[in-house]
Amino acid sequence: MITLEVRHTGPLALVEDLGRPGLAHIGVTRSGAADRRAHQLANRLLANPEDRATIEVTLGGFSARVLGGSLDITVTGADARPAIDGIPFGINSVAHIREGQVVSLGVPRTGLRSYLGVRGGIAVAPVLGSRSYDTLSAIGPPPLRPGDALPVGKPNGNFPELEQAPVAAISEGLVALRVMRGPRDDWCADSDALVRSTWLVSERSDRVGIRLSGAALEHRWPGRQLPSEGAIRGAIQVPPNGQPVILGTDHPVTGGYPVIGVISDDDVDILAQLRPGQPVRLRWS
Amino acid sequence: MSAPTIRDYGDRALLLECGSIDEVLALAGSLRAADLPGVSDIVPGARTVLVTLTGPAQQASTRTRLIEVAANPWTDPARSDDVDVVIDVVYDGADLAEVAALVGMDVTQVIVAHTATPWRVGFGGFAPGFAYLVGGDTRLSVPRRDEPRTRVPAGSVALAGEFSGVYPRESPGGWQLIGRTGAVLWDVERPQPALLVPGMWVRFRAVDTA
Repeated sequence: MITLEVRHTGPLALVEDLGRPGLAHIGVTRSGAADRRAHQLANRLLANPEDRATIEVTLGGFSARVLGGSLDITVTGADARPAIDGIPFGINSVAHIREGQVVSLGVPRTGLRSYLGVRGGIAVAPVLGSRSYDTLSAIGPPPLRPGDALPVGKPNGNFPELEQAPVAAISEGLVALRVMRGPRDDWCADSDALVRSTWLVSERSDRVGIRLSGAALEHRWPGRQLPSEGAIRGAIQVPPNGQPVILGTDHPVTGGYPVIGVISDDDVDILAQLRPGQPVRLRWS
Repeated sequence: MSAPTIRDYGDRALLLECGSIDEVLALAGSLRAADLPGVSDIVPGARTVLVTLTGPAQQASTRTRLIEVAANPWTDPARSDDVDVVIDVVYDGADLAEVAALVGMDVTQVIVAHTATPWRVGFGGFAPGFAYLVGGDTRLSVPRRDEPRTRVPAGSVALAGEFSGVYPRESPGGWQLIGRTGAVLWDVERPQPALLVPGMWVRFRAVDTA
């Protein structure tokens, strides 16, 4: 069996797939890759079925040695200048790594999360039907540590056809996101204030939520309590301090802060690559 | 029971507003039974049911189907004498005396009030397997603690607002602790990991040892 022996993890390296839908009513959020598009591209480049897991590497710094055979790999998402035994290979392309060689990711210049995919997928044991680690509830394979041996799954009969996929570079500057009015936009005295100012991504942002800082939004009924209701990824909640929080992939399943806007599904993956301090504009779609 | 208001929740979810938690549970039950295509999750809240979709293409068609499901009279399983789950509780919680003082009862009366009538699992949140239990004795309504605890042991039985709940695992928490149970609220190795699922009826029973 082929395994990846983890040598370095960087700030955070997690096994992720498309998460565990259908369990929100018992308190389990979907979780899964923060940048679904990059994760899915990795599987597509490797001709993997779409349910295979990849390694989500936050801010680079990951390396692993391949044991027990050779295999095809790819890195998508943030360009962490991946290399095999120190020889660089481009992101969004398929590279071949031989037994004993080390794949390493540097620190990306833009973006936040890179996805290391292997042909056959990372085959750790699933929990509740998914190999995703949910950082809010600590469900799933725990964050990777040096010395971990990750089994690589059996590839299906398909072989990679694309050698490289064209993907737009991740922006380090102002990012524009489309937003739809949320179910509780009337709880905000002026919900258009959401799209009028430039927000900055707070350093207190993670897979649970992206905190924006800027001119505080005003509540129409300060102190009024919204009964808890279900929430989704991309929902923009406004806590009492008026600084909005965009819910991420590991968001709580229910919440009591009014949701005044929801990021368009098409733009949700962009959130996963936003860096602390990066400016964000929202516009009604 | 009136027809729920259906609100768009972005481009891949719909939020249905109901008049009460009983309507929420009845509607969530009939939506689950309807097994609509393109639906990912059905999430009860205190006054709402959130229906999340597999993608933006499902929004318009699901809205039409939701109107159809909600238009048909749905039935709420009447409360029977048989509850789904009995939870044995040792009533020795750190906040029991304070709760008694807050609601103007003695400790024994609090225990009787908590055990005499069944509670219903309303909705989840906070942690996997945590259930907001509703419909208990209304006299037991107490505020959250001013200072949340950094560590509440698993199995702690607690009160806050109109709700009762059991902590599925050790975690921080601000609810008033009235007792503890040995019941396992959450176990990912079980076919049904959550002991309490929305819609279930629960009765607490006072015991001497967990």
